[in-house]
Amino acid sequence: MLEAFLNSTISMATPILLAAIGELIVEESGIINIGIEGAMLSGAFFALSAAYFSGSTALGLAAGIAAGLAVNAILALLIVNLAVNQVVAGTALDIFAVGITGVFYRRLFGITGKAFIVTTIPKLSFGPLTHIPIVGPVLFRHDPLVYFAFALVPTVGFVLWRTRYGLGLRAAGERPEAADALGLDVYRLRWQALLAAGILTGLAGAYLTLVYAGTFVENISAGRGYVALAVVILGRWRPWGLAAASVLFGAAMALQFGLQALGTAIPYQLFLALPYALTLVVLAAMGGQAASPSALGEPYRRA
Amino acid sequence: MLNSFARAATALLLAAAIIAGVLLALGASPIGVFAALAEGAFGSWYALTDTIVRATPLIFTGLAISVSFSGALWNIGADGQLVAGAIAAGAIGPYLGGWPRPIAILILLIAGAAGGAIWGGICGWLRARRDTNEVISTIMMNFVATQLLSWGVHGPLIEASGAYPASTPIADSARMYAFFPPTRLNLGIGIAVALAVGCYLLLFKTSVGFEVRAMGRNRRAATFFGIPIARLTIGILALSGALAGVGGAVQVSAITHRLYEKLSPGWGFEGIAVALVARLNPLGIVASALLFGALDNGSQAMQRSQGVSAVLVQVIQALVIMILLAFDTRVFAGLRSRIAPATPTMRPAAGAPSDA
Repeated sequence: MLEAFLNSTISMATPILLAAIGELIVEESGIINIGIEGAMLSGAFFALSAAYFSGSTALGLAAGIAAGLAVNAILALLIVNLAVNQVVAGTALDIFAVGITGVFYRRLFGITGKAFIVTTIPKLSFGPLTHIPIVGPVLFRHDPLVYFAFALVPTVGFVLWRTRYGLGLRAAGERPEAADALGLDVYRLRWQALLAAGILTGLAGAYLTLVYAGTFVENISAGRGYVALAVVILGRWRPWGLAAASVLFGAAMALQFGLQALGTAIPYQLFLALPYALTLVVLAAMGGQAASPSALGEPYRRA
Repeated sequence: MLNSFARAATALLLAAAIIAGVLLALGASPIGVFAALAEGAFGSWYALTDTIVRATPLIFTGLAISVSFSGALWNIGADGQLVAGAIAAGAIGPYLGGWPRPIAILILLIAGAAGGAIWGGICGWLRARRDTNEVISTIMMNFVATQLLSWGVHGPLIEASGAYPASTPIADSARMYAFFPPTRLNLGIGIAVALAVGCYLLLFKTSVGFEVRAMGRNRRAATFFGIPIARLTIGILALSGALAGVGGAVQVSAITHRLYEKLSPGWGFEGIAVALVARLNPLGIVASALLFGALDNGSQAMQRSQGVSAVLVQVIQALVIMILLAFDTRVFAGLRSRIAPATPTMRPAAGAPSDA
């Protein structure tokens, strides 16, 4: 029971972590992206569709990534080039994704009544390591994407804070005018950040359909994109902080299923609400968001 | 006024053209779909009245968005505020049996307003006193409201038999005045229109409204003119929440008569499209809500007859928002979000050379 819970926690944390790392990159470049949910939902749908029609999981993953890229490209056009309100544009894309995936889903599968099912991505085999108590289910009973997500944590941390490229990207998020004056192309950096996030968020969506569900239901992302936003704050814009916050949200979700399965009298809704309430408390306690990039959410227009 | 009408009309036509392309790609008939939408929205007396019924919650959430966006406070939590208002109304409703009907309905609406005001006001307080980004806090409060509702209808508020996840029905005396049964037309639309007029007067004919709009144009400049930014921030988000909350109470009083999970199909988000089409003008919101209410209503019939999902309407909403944003970059640049702290502070970059 405990082992299943721990295993499920890591699995639940994975798509949230993928999307949150994407959001971290985007926020460090100075953009607040409310459209994560939309990119994730699109990734989920198109990954499953591609996997279903081609029979190939790899093509499914590629389609999920492509869908995330497409959504974030629209967002980049609106936010970077047209300098429109980032919050409203992101919200519009969230609504758009719910609509477009719903329309495609019903059109392609609703009428035929065919089962929209693919085989899920299998877990890696670690032989005897799998059976170590506690450590086994936490570390060695997962699909490859879990390891990819957690390997990204130090990688993205290194790129953002230890390389010249990361320095430039963060400069675009702290002082875009200064970055521009130094000869950095703020528009291009922000486009690149949004596209990188598109890849990760699309992959997060693909995870929902190709690893968890093996199928698609409307609105399958169920708010995880907004959770990723919270994770970036709870993790205080630090990669390992993001990983810890993702695991916390993952645990809350895993606990919900556990409690429902047990049929206990404990209201699982309170556990589900807890991480959101905790995010609010952390925000309030932080005051002034000292850790967020200075130019976050400010449209930048080249003079 | 004509100019903004022309913009909205162009945006809708453009959205319709894109939708037509998508429908053709999916092998559906655009003309059939649009005709079915119109037929479902206006094709009969019942359809027409139900368009008004479906527009009603959108007026409330549209007004909530209008008030907050006018002050450049990006309230993405109208959905949670509507739900909070509905919870308050649904919780108190069963106990209003002994009251005269006008009083009982009024109590229900005040409960709804209070529920929404608390939900929005918390975010206003966080923004004013703790410099917490209201976008994030209102989104988080959406989730808290959803879970609270789910807990309520499974737990403390569950109906007598305990068999269904729904609350005890509200007392007959707390049910909204209905017109022309069997249609669902009710006094809710009257309340919505009255509040729209009230919001218009508040925003454009009072000094407080002027301060709100000044704050929306430029928060820092407004400070220099002695506008009480902090108090105004709390007030605006509380009022915004109250408007959405009344919408939730009206829905409980007039339509559902009880609470159940997934009460709102996303009215708080749809309200953003409603408000932007009306360019945040409260009177325009009535018209724009009727338009989106018609789309919502027509989409049900369209889904049945054309085999195209009713969520097509959300694609239309999203396209309209994006097109209007693109048209209107100048207007919304004026209402630019101020998400970063007022005085930018460089944060120490861990281990990296200074990028100053």
